[in-house]
Amino acid sequence: MRKNWILRDLLYFALGVGILAVVGYVLERLPIPAMPYYNRIIIAVGMNIILAVSLNIINGHAGQFSMGHAGFMAVGAYTSAYLTYFYGNPYLQTLPEGPHRFILQNAIFFGALLAGGLAAAIAGYLVGLPSLRLRGDYLAIVTLGFGEIIRVLILNINKIGAARGLSGVPNWTTFFWVFFFAWMTALISRRLVSSSIGRAFLAVREDEIAAEAMGVNTTHYKVLAFVIGAFFAGVAGGLTGHYLAYLNPQMFTFVRSFEVIVMVVLGGMGSISGAILAAIILTLSLEGLRQVKEIFHLTSDPRMVIYSVLLIVLMRTRPQGLLGRKELWSFRSRRKDKVTPEEPDQAEDKVGGRSGPPVE
Amino acid sequence: MDTKSTAPILEASNVTIRFGGLTAVANFNLSLSPHELVGLIGPNGAGKTTIFNMLTGVYKPTEGVIRVSGVESTAFRPYQITKLGVARTFQNIRVFKDLSVLENVKIGGHIHYMYSAASAVLHNNIFKDAESLAEEEAYKLLEIFGLEGRAQTDAKNLPYGDQRRLEIARALAAKPKLLLLDEPAAGLNTGETIQLMDKIHEIRDRFGLSILLIEHNMELVMGICERIIVLSYGKTIAQGTPQEIQNNPVVIEAYLGEPAEAI
Repeated sequence: MRKNWILRDLLYFALGVGILAVVGYVLERLPIPAMPYYNRIIIAVGMNIILAVSLNIINGHAGQFSMGHAGFMAVGAYTSAYLTYFYGNPYLQTLPEGPHRFILQNAIFFGALLAGGLAAAIAGYLVGLPSLRLRGDYLAIVTLGFGEIIRVLILNINKIGAARGLSGVPNWTTFFWVFFFAWMTALISRRLVSSSIGRAFLAVREDEIAAEAMGVNTTHYKVLAFVIGAFFAGVAGGLTGHYLAYLNPQMFTFVRSFEVIVMVVLGGMGSISGAILAAIILTLSLEGLRQVKEIFHLTSDPRMVIYSVLLIVLMRTRPQGLLGRKELWSFRSRRKDKVTPEEPDQAEDKVGGRSGPPVE
Repeated sequence: MDTKSTAPILEASNVTIRFGGLTAVANFNLSLSPHELVGLIGPNGAGKTTIFNMLTGVYKPTEGVIRVSGVESTAFRPYQITKLGVARTFQNIRVFKDLSVLENVKIGGHIHYMYSAASAVLHNNIFKDAESLAEEEAYKLLEIFGLEGRAQTDAKNLPYGDQRRLEIARALAAKPKLLLLDEPAAGLNTGETIQLMDKIHEIRDRFGLSILLIEHNMELVMGICERIIVLSYGKTIAQGTPQEIQNNPVVIEAYLGEPAEAI
């Protein structure tokens, strides 16, 4: 069993891809009148999961307070849209319709998303550099500034639409792609955090001086956290652009960063399942609160007021977030541990147990 | 091996550090042989922890040279010095509070279980071998300190004495040649201190360590150290065996300010 990690992972991967493809296919064809609206919400949930889980790597695991997530999104969104808008889609249009074109389109899309992620990762590397010197509030301000710089830069590049925005981005984002990347983000984040790399992240968060004394190159791991987090934010950005078929710098203001930060804080800094849970709850409740105005026949929308009150109540009653720093699946095993302290012989099983099915 | 075993593990020559106009440590010299157990004592503010911080790269000395196993480490960052085989504990405990006891020790062994991010994500055999080795070795260390039953407890929930022990276990996980202990007995009661003395001896023999320790508990220092260095106001005022130090009038004056019966 130990030798077959490739086989086992490939099996899970194929299974996951299959399920996603089937669910995506079914969701688009369900005979419910409001299905397009529900699908839109489901996609938004998926994107917010990617964003919250990836920001959780930077803010929650490595403890570097970043407020520039929308900036990374913008880099990824515009890079991937640039590639498909100017190169990918024009080329595809010259091909005849059919399964061949469909496969190529998705291959190009996948490549463009990765390219967007890579561009964002490079941006993450550049932003990670000042984090070597800055801590806490100061780092937060630098990353906030970075996000705004990116936005203003895009506002001034005419080729990608500047303030008009970029319309006509191919409409390629599907349920499958959004949740494929949500799955990958959660899986990779989960596997990293249970590895020596993740432990180094946590050590940096807990105590930088002690971490260095244990041989952890804190500089390296801070930048690594930024690079990985930014990569997935860039992918989420690419998915956004190809979903709306339109990009505008105003989509990537610091308000977007705050939305994601709220999810991470609400879920519990450092908890992957917490980030996922919070992304689902917040996205759904923001949509659900739209109904309040109609139900009570109000003249103005009280949505944001109720939302704010909800957040205040949650933070007052559970300041450590929904799950604190724990994961959903760790609550059960911890309780067991209290009854019977773990024996050394079980050590190996535990490592194996962690490699179980992905969190999706 | 035969030449290495006599060569000093740690050499500090004329190490001086100034903070603005204050000379915190002046012309500190130390040569530490393998398997030696040396104590560093002195009144509060004498510069003992500052010396530890220089030896481990937290502070850069203003003047002087530090060598670890013959490699000049004066300008190294702390993690690089750890890789040379120096590990330490802290005066005010710095365990990773929100991580489990086991995770704390695994992080201590960080430099020995590194693998690529790809291995971590793929969960391949490199990852599994490294992780099971990390777990196995961490449990061995926890057993030495009687902490194996609390492996999954968050470090912050350990009693104070256990946190001190955990810090030593974590430092040992780095498999150091030289262990720096900053007031390991601070806050421990007499019984715990005696246990700790035995433990320090035990780990030195078991792992073939050199140990440099700062301590205010004279019973412990006099009981286990082979050599003692006394600092006062940043200057080395005496050096010698416990007996020599106990009877040294300069030490008695600087350290206690009154005659010897207080020791």
